[in-house]
Amino acid sequence: MKPEKEIVIELEDVHKSFGSQKVLDGVSLKILAGTTTVIVGASGQGKSVILKHMLGLLKPDSGQVRVFGRDLAQCNKADMRQIRSSFGVLFQNIALFDSMNVYDNVALPLRERTRSNEKQVRVAVEEKLALMGLEGQEDKFPAQLSGGMKKRVGLARALMLDPKVVFFDEPTTGLDVNKSNEIYRLFYRTQQQLNYTAVIVSHDVPKIFKLSDYVALIANSRMHGPLSPEVFQLSDNPLIRDFVLETMGPIYSSETEESLLYETF
Amino acid sequence: MYFFAWYGRLGLFLLTSVFALLRPPYKIMPVIRQIHFIGANSLYVIVFTGLFTGMVLGLQGYYTLNKFGSIGFLGAAVAISLIRELGPVLAALMVIGRAGSAICAEVGIMRNSEQIDALECMAIDPFRYLIAPKLLAALISMPLLVCIFDVVGIFGGYLVGVHLFDVGAGAYFQGMYQNVVWQDLEMGFVKSFVFGLLMVWISSARGFYLHLERDGGFGAQGVSRTTTKAVVMASVAVLVWDYLVSAIML
Repeated sequence: MKPEKEIVIELEDVHKSFGSQKVLDGVSLKILAGTTTVIVGASGQGKSVILKHMLGLLKPDSGQVRVFGRDLAQCNKADMRQIRSSFGVLFQNIALFDSMNVYDNVALPLRERTRSNEKQVRVAVEEKLALMGLEGQEDKFPAQLSGGMKKRVGLARALMLDPKVVFFDEPTTGLDVNKSNEIYRLFYRTQQQLNYTAVIVSHDVPKIFKLSDYVALIANSRMHGPLSPEVFQLSDNPLIRDFVLETMGPIYSSETEESLLYETF
Repeated sequence: MYFFAWYGRLGLFLLTSVFALLRPPYKIMPVIRQIHFIGANSLYVIVFTGLFTGMVLGLQGYYTLNKFGSIGFLGAAVAISLIRELGPVLAALMVIGRAGSAICAEVGIMRNSEQIDALECMAIDPFRYLIAPKLLAALISMPLLVCIFDVVGIFGGYLVGVHLFDVGAGAYFQGMYQNVVWQDLEMGFVKSFVFGLLMVWISSARGFYLHLERDGGFGAQGVSRTTTKAVVMASVAVLVWDYLVSAIML
């Protein structure tokens, strides 16, 4: 890792159990400013649990979670609100407000967190919806949207207040190849524009490697990495090697596979 | 231990909601929307229940008072029963069934589908955004609904007493005028206020803490089970507090 970059989020020896089930057993991880860190791992290994710790939705049994240098366990509600005001989150199930239409969903952060008037809200919402290719969908409710459209609305909402850190929990789960690529393109484009730090939880390997600066594997309740995608794929760590072999096959060459996939970037 | 934790959580929920309500900036539109939902949309059920409760009181009151030759007190008996007791209690039970269940289900589904987590992650206080408008709306709506219930009930008693049994209209209203005192109205008002608070407090707290239910509160069944529990608990709380308020104010 490049030491000169600011550490935005740091997990230090985090332990978490649910009942008798130990999910995190001494997990440590640093997220650097302006980078994209991908956390991979098999289902049920605790990827989303790590994300929820970073968001302050779960508290560790022991260990520390520091965001912008502040220990979340020591933060009161007002501090948490202040920290979270720099966050954008795309949930795995998107968590759109199902009784609100697309426009109101995307407008909510502006209406609740800023003093913008309705005219300013409209301009900002229309701009974000246009960026996501969602023009003309303002009046639809989440139940009337396809999976890919929901993800785009979720992304528009997450990026509404130009966050410093954006969390993506399985951003392409349940989407076909084209829709997944569309989400990746939007991610790439918006990160170029807004220069946010991204934390992505995904099992869409190897595609997700192309977008990442660092990859970390969670297996057996422990974190392995983060490493650059190239080093990760060639790692000697038996757990990482097993994961790479299992998800990418014994031989993987990014030059020959999917070479045209991200041309539009 | 679970019960201590649960009641402690319930108390903290109310405190947090009240603080959220008092903290500026104040937004009026969400409160008006909730008044429309809790108050205006409950009008039909309140009018029907009030009318038939008043008619039954007229019927039973006439039957009983006639035995003692004092049908002149029919108006007073109907009005006092409604204002002090039946108006607040029955209106509260109807609103719990209609709006309380809906509030619990709405908040519970939002909890289950991570919409409340999404609010927190967007640095939007769910108590302020979600619960406080409902609380204020219930405190405004419930006394008004009880007033409507009482008036319609008195009219129901009038229909039966005056038009069915030929009690004089003057005697019906004069008896009411002479015997209904300010303390009766005061008790009715305090009860409606307390019941409105109980309804929205218990319904929204059960939905809000759905994920902490002992049986999990997962999925559609979890929401339906919790909604049922909320309705039962709120209804029982209304009856318990009805006794307590009556005992304190008498």
